[in-house]
Amino acid sequence: MAKSSVAAIDWITVLIFLLLVAFGWANIYSASYEGEAFSITDLSQVYVKQGYWILLSIVLIVITQAIEVKFYERFAGLIYVISLVSLLGLFIFGKNINGATSWYAFGPIGLQPSEFAKACTALALAKFLSDMQTNIKFLGHQVRAFLIIAIPAIIIVPQPDPGSALVYAAFFFPLYREGLAAIYLIVGASAAALFILTLLFKPLWVVLAIAAIMLFILIKNRKKKPKYSRFLLVLVVITGFCFSVNYIFNNVFEQRHRDRFNIVLGKEVDSKGIGYNTNQSQIAIGSGSWTGKGWKEGTQTKGGFVPEQHTDYIFSTVGEEWGFLGATTVVILFVLLLLRLLHLAERQKSQFSRVYGYSVIGILFIHFAINIGMVTGLIPTIGIPLPFFSYGGSGLWGFTLLLFIFIKLDSNRVNEW
Amino acid sequence: MRKLLLYLIIVITGFVFVSRLFYLQIYNTSFASLSEDNAIKVLYDYPQRGAIYDRNARLLVTNQPSYDVMVIPRELKPFDTLEFCSILNITKDKLINRLKKARIYSPRVPSIVIPQLTKDEYAYLQEKMRKFDGFYIQKRSLRDYQIDNAANVLGYIGEVNDALIKKDPYYLSGDLIGIDGVEKQYEKELRGVKGVKRIQKDRFNRDIGPYKNKKFDTLPVNGKDLTITIDSKLQSYGDMLMKNKRGGIVALEPSTGEILALITAPTYKPELLVGRKRSPNFTKLVYDSIAIPLFDRGLQAEYPPGSPFKTINALIALQEGVIDTKESVSCRMGYYYGKRGQKLGCHSHRSPLSMIPGIANSCNAYFATVYRRIIEKYETPQKGIDTWRKHVQSFGLGNYLGNDLPVGKRGKVPTSEYYNKIYNYPTYKWYSTATISNAIGQGEVLSTPIQLANMTAAIANRGYYYTPHIIKAIDGKPISNEEYTKAKITTIDKTHFEPVIEGMHEVYTKGTASFLQVKGIDICGKTGTAENFTKIDGVKTQLTDHSVFVAFAPKDNPKIAIAVFVENGYWGARYAGRIASLMIEKHINGEISRTDLEQWILTHSLQEEYAKPLSGEPFKINQ
Repeated sequence: MAKSSVAAIDWITVLIFLLLVAFGWANIYSASYEGEAFSITDLSQVYVKQGYWILLSIVLIVITQAIEVKFYERFAGLIYVISLVSLLGLFIFGKNINGATSWYAFGPIGLQPSEFAKACTALALAKFLSDMQTNIKFLGHQVRAFLIIAIPAIIIVPQPDPGSALVYAAFFFPLYREGLAAIYLIVGASAAALFILTLLFKPLWVVLAIAAIMLFILIKNRKKKPKYSRFLLVLVVITGFCFSVNYIFNNVFEQRHRDRFNIVLGKEVDSKGIGYNTNQSQIAIGSGSWTGKGWKEGTQTKGGFVPEQHTDYIFSTVGEEWGFLGATTVVILFVLLLLRLLHLAERQKSQFSRVYGYSVIGILFIHFAINIGMVTGLIPTIGIPLPFFSYGGSGLWGFTLLLFIFIKLDSNRVNEW
Repeated sequence: MRKLLLYLIIVITGFVFVSRLFYLQIYNTSFASLSEDNAIKVLYDYPQRGAIYDRNARLLVTNQPSYDVMVIPRELKPFDTLEFCSILNITKDKLINRLKKARIYSPRVPSIVIPQLTKDEYAYLQEKMRKFDGFYIQKRSLRDYQIDNAANVLGYIGEVNDALIKKDPYYLSGDLIGIDGVEKQYEKELRGVKGVKRIQKDRFNRDIGPYKNKKFDTLPVNGKDLTITIDSKLQSYGDMLMKNKRGGIVALEPSTGEILALITAPTYKPELLVGRKRSPNFTKLVYDSIAIPLFDRGLQAEYPPGSPFKTINALIALQEGVIDTKESVSCRMGYYYGKRGQKLGCHSHRSPLSMIPGIANSCNAYFATVYRRIIEKYETPQKGIDTWRKHVQSFGLGNYLGNDLPVGKRGKVPTSEYYNKIYNYPTYKWYSTATISNAIGQGEVLSTPIQLANMTAAIANRGYYYTPHIIKAIDGKPISNEEYTKAKITTIDKTHFEPVIEGMHEVYTKGTASFLQVKGIDICGKTGTAENFTKIDGVKTQLTDHSVFVAFAPKDNPKIAIAVFVENGYWGARYAGRIASLMIEKHINGEISRTDLEQWILTHSLQEEYAKPLSGEPFKINQ
């Protein structure tokens, strides 16, 4: 590792990373501590384990910085394949924890390959898009890019871990940045909007409302001779989509999925049963007020009212014990980290680094948005961790690798390839 | 543009999250209280209520344990209602009703289902309690009375009502509070302060230790013991004398204003209002509209004071200088006034009389003359009345005394405005003779027995009194409240009291109460006979006169001032005088030498007299 390379490391990013990890550990400690004496050897304690994961992640960081940048680019394909194999291997060797067969067990330690697959997929996508031969404007290349992204997601869904699979939507951001047509964005956003509208109202009303809007536009622009057939086609597609959403939601989704949507959309109120998690999490956060109840003083946290509090719901501990100020600080740290990474990604000269950077931002952003959105009751329950914060060794390592590979790529931006 | 999209999405997401946090944590405060509710259990530690002692350190009221069955509706699980009801001896409907009420009050906060179990019921239920989730037993203390009288003084405790819970956050549903008497007046001292324990609970509603290391917990502060001024021996003696009569006795210690005895009849035994018996007994007492046992006649009954009031008129006359002690007034079986020869009747006695025999013989003509002179000393009767009134009020009449018992009446001393109004002044004029009944304590003057006793104490002290009070010491420390320790001075000079006191002394030696003398005690007193009326079927009907007596003794360094009112007891010395003289003997000598007199009172009942107006038949009075 060249000395200039160490100097070129973006220490702002590293600092934010360290702050998040340290604050995350403090909250895990509070959420899992039950009044016993502090220990550094008792591995049955969640905070002790997480402490070791954090310490060991330093080793990972050193390794990522020691490896030559060329290695990542040259072996991206191989890494990707290994990652897919490790995901497939779960179907044979995987260990079932909490209903999901997502872990390899090595004695007391469990490793979750899906946490690492994100970084691998990011490398593979970067490699593919930065290839001189690739042009994202071509449909064939779009399909290949889509396959690179979709294959790991498709393997993960039946584990079942649909939350982790959803994260692969993050790769839309690098694709779009590299020139994917805007129509995908428009269609995607419209589909999401229609989906929610259809759940809130009856599909027939949604279709009628859209038809009315179209008619209004047509009449207004009738002198410009609009293409009526195209309007008709769009309307037919929308109608089909709305009714199939309705059908899929009611007949293909499982009840628990329906419940999650219904609770966020306010169509159902059940604070004791299916809405318990979200409700308790909001109570815990809400009770924090301005400055919170203080570290290890959260009554909701101590009482264990929020399920999975040290993992997916760790942010509720922040909200309760550190209040609005603490929770806002965490949000701002994440926003700063993402914006900093965006700045770094844009200054990359190599397309490989830029695509990878955008992938990292996309993945971190999706985790951040979905996790805090879920914990604060803005979106349906989708169980994915808050990066650097939630308890979990694989998650921490996966995110650390993801981030520090990019830091390594960035530190090398000035060097010749 | 393509570079901006992600940038915008990130910033907007951050903004949305901060807004959401602001909404959850700052704007919407309901989340904070929800958290308080489900994570922290609040337990109360009720301190012992203070005991009450009499002036001789005799224990009057203490505590006995009692056990309330409490319920937290949210924690109820299906249970064997039949068994539960049979253990507690209640009907299923009643239980369901109570549980419903508890749920309405609050599903999370404990409410009482069955109050105040006895020890035996508790012992039995305690074994079974684990079967009934959501119920638990809370120990409280109930009052334990060591005497069977003085209920009107001691008062009682009961469950606090909803209105008070809203007003005073200290009290919770089911808490006990003093409702009458000393228990009410000194509630804050007696109750102490309950302790609070906060317990952190987990999501299974299990206790997982004290909340915040007991930082917010408080220890209970025990209630303070009270010493009251009552002499329980005198009190119970008076209670015994008043059996089968209606009326009140108030005995004060003139040198301090301490209430030695405060008796009302008919009354009830204090233990009737303890525990679960309280509710049915209380209902009975409240609905007894004939005997009105909850009405404290010593404090609340307003009667015309009758002849004892003449002493005040004598004092005012001396102070105003309208008569001296030597001048005699003649009496021809009454006082004649006005153009049409109206008459204020009197009884037979020697005539003419000066002041001392005038008081001793209670001559109406003498006092009518004196009263007229007081009023007519001033240019208008209005001014005369108001001057007279000022003097009368300085004896504590006509307004609340300010004593430390929660009930009382103002009494009445008429103002000039009052007469202006009833005589329609200035269209019609009125003169002193229109108010002549005031001369003999009949007319418009009204007073309560405690006011009369206080008036007597002021005479006994030769011109000042201490506000009557029931509290003597709190936790052994004598009271220092200026309201009760600072003398109130009357408007009459000290020198004027001697002739009036001499007259009152002669009441005993030669006058209307001479048959009530006690050997070795110089008693000064004044009899009174108050006419009174009631309405029977809308017709104003006169009833047998009230028997009134005020006295103090000994004449020098008086130890007791007493006022006795016996409803429909006829003339003053007959009932009230006998009772007063027995009370004085009891207080000063500690024992009764005149057992025949005692026997007379104990064996004479006025129940027949009280039944007359209710019988629906014509009856004779003053027999």
